[in-house]
Amino acid sequence: MMASIEEIQNQIVEDFSFLPQWEERYAYLIELGQKLQPLPDEKRMDENLVRGCQSTVWLHRECQDGRVYLQSDSDSLIVKGLAALLLDVFSGQPAEAVLKADLTFFDETGLNRHLSSQRANGLMAMIDEIKTFAAECAAGEV
Amino acid sequence: MTLNIDKIRSDFPILKSSVNGKPLVYLDNAATTQKPQTVIDAITQYYTKYNSNIHRGTHHLSNLATEAHEAARKTIQTYINAQSSHEVIFTRGTTEAINLVAYAFGEAYVNAGDEVIVTEMDHHSNFVPWQMMCERRRAHFRVIPFDANGDLKLDVFANLLNDRTRIVAFNHVSNSLGTINPAREIIRMAHEAGAAVLVDAAQSVQHIDHDVQALDADFYAFSGHKIYGPTGIGILYGKESWLEAMPPYQGGGEMIDLVSIDKTTYNKLPFKYEAGTPNIVGPIGLAAAIDYLNTMDYDEIMAHEDETLEYAREQLLGIDGLTLYGNSNHRTSILAFNIEGIHHYDLGTLLDTQGVAVRTGHHCTQPIMTALGIEGTVRASLALYNNRSDIDALVAGIHHVKKMLGK
Repeated sequence: MMASIEEIQNQIVEDFSFLPQWEERYAYLIELGQKLQPLPDEKRMDENLVRGCQSTVWLHRECQDGRVYLQSDSDSLIVKGLAALLLDVFSGQPAEAVLKADLTFFDETGLNRHLSSQRANGLMAMIDEIKTFAAECAAGEV
Repeated sequence: MTLNIDKIRSDFPILKSSVNGKPLVYLDNAATTQKPQTVIDAITQYYTKYNSNIHRGTHHLSNLATEAHEAARKTIQTYINAQSSHEVIFTRGTTEAINLVAYAFGEAYVNAGDEVIVTEMDHHSNFVPWQMMCERRRAHFRVIPFDANGDLKLDVFANLLNDRTRIVAFNHVSNSLGTINPAREIIRMAHEAGAAVLVDAAQSVQHIDHDVQALDADFYAFSGHKIYGPTGIGILYGKESWLEAMPPYQGGGEMIDLVSIDKTTYNKLPFKYEAGTPNIVGPIGLAAAIDYLNTMDYDEIMAHEDETLEYAREQLLGIDGLTLYGNSNHRTSILAFNIEGIHHYDLGTLLDTQGVAVRTGHHCTQPIMTALGIEGTVRASLALYNNRSDIDALVAGIHHVKKMLGK
């Protein structure tokens, strides 16, 4: 059985607790980003584009049997790593759970600086998109 | 006597900070500069000793505050060599100063079919207000392009000028390329065509020629916080004849002479353009910054900044895969670059872990990025207090990031 959103978030917080230095955290994020499957060209279409101020993020959404499935990519490796964490937390989860979930791991890992800082990377927009899609998926609209 | 940069650095308390356990290397001066202790003290003194509303008070503190606020206007007048202190209007910043002119000049002088010229390298602040004005006045918006080195194409400008051109607005120094535009020549050409000129001096007033009379600028705008002063204070200089002729920008307190139900008459300059209780301490802080600069020789400041810039260019160009943007022979203070295979956001974020503060992105100049065919750059920008050690730290930081990313 798949781990719950809460369990996954706790795991992320634990993983980051072993990385006290920011440089180590970024190195880890970059590694996660590099491991993330690149989004195939046919899914790099405008409707999958989440525009940030500084980097481009693609988010492909699917709804199957009331669950949300996500794929993502970015031209920035750090943003791609952050997207990988979001996918880890949300992709494959029941739409209802995605909708209700409180994203706590950003605050607890200190990665929230990427949400608030300088409208920088489209991450906040990505979270909004995921939530909106989860609502549509839960309502059987997609 | 040459500048003592170590002494100057010690005047800026923030430069002693650490970031991520590393000594701060502050190279984001085009975004905002740090403040010397004298500026911080002037602001603290104001709030500790004589905070009060100005121009109308009958009491002691109000008089002190009014005197300091108006003395600051004179300090700024002298710095930019305006003919009169009432040609110095206090605004929130460069952006508000430009919006003021775009509105008031537009209302008075721009009609359907007229033309306004800006440049392809202008900051959005000196681009969008004019676009908005052109829409409002049904005027045509014209843009001077730049060439591969980042120099404006003056031959195109010459062709754009005609008897419908009402105003030309351009930045003296590009915040994304560092190009020093040939201000005197542009202004002369515009005047010959009968057009007024606004100079966006946000990136130039702290580095190069800032004599508004020598430039013969009709309007000249800059921000206090980019010249070692506080945020929230900007300067609009305008020739008295224009300021007298244009309508006010905003209505309210301070800007009125007499108000009745039938009609309101306006206050004299500069107050006509200063509606509401102003940022009282802003000009006082800015004047302290100018007083601080006035203790130094301007030629020496420029020579030091140029020397640091050229050293930085040489060092950066030695890095494999690095592209430097903006290669005008007339340049100052800006180092914009990308490294092959590394996203600018990643490079900026990772440099921060080394204590190196730079800016990344499009720097509010999307037309430049479009012209260069890129999404953004890393930008290191210099001020008076930067030295070779800062550049060495930047270069070492870049090498470190390259190694980390296997580039």
